[in-house]
Amino acid sequence: MSDSKKSFLIINRKAPYGSSAARDALDVALTISVFEQPLSLLFLDDGVLQLLPEHNAAAIGQKNLSANLAMLEMYDIDQLYVCSRALEQRGIRPSDIKLNITLLDQNGIATLIKQQDQVLSF
Amino acid sequence: MTLHLINKTPSESSALSDSLSAVSEGDALLLIENGVYAALPGYAALFTRLPGSVQCYLLENDAQARGLKDLNQEFRQIDYDGFVELSCRYSKVVSWF
Repeated sequence: MSDSKKSFLIINRKAPYGSSAARDALDVALTISVFEQPLSLLFLDDGVLQLLPEHNAAAIGQKNLSANLAMLEMYDIDQLYVCSRALEQRGIRPSDIKLNITLLDQNGIATLIKQQDQVLSF
Repeated sequence: MTLHLINKTPSESSALSDSLSAVSEGDALLLIENGVYAALPGYAALFTRLPGSVQCYLLENDAQARGLKDLNQEFRQIDYDGFVELSCRYSKVVSWF
């Protein structure tokens, strides 16, 4: 493999559990981290709902997503960006989220996307 | 009297707003799957114009699965048995999927 690195951004726009999008994004994030490429995650729209803590997915016979998100830091995936407007629209306080996140406004989102070599959207 | 089922978040489709404009007196609304997110406090304004006789419910398993707490008090939480009971109590069930 060549030494060259590409920066990746994964955009999450879907709520967890209703579809496989959130889990697919997580699988891709872990794959990118295996190849030691710089990676950021951006949570927009309904994607911010993935960040609420203390899921109990056993209640609907699924696996917990919040546990997987909490261990991202162990894989050196620590650049988590969150759209502040999406939180506001849903009445979620940033303090409700127990992960280490950076809030972004619309300009910040545009800048983040512009800085990346590759952007994947889920 | 009709039971309206919603399984999408307010922003992923027009299902919720479509259903709200089709609700009549005495009907009931039940949020399931991703629909339970509509009971987040941020969305409370969507439900203020419903007739007072409309009962609002949400499936507690789906709310627990998603880590939802401090939800809109207008919604009564029911379990799967309650879901079956509501489906029998109302003469029609409309799924806004």
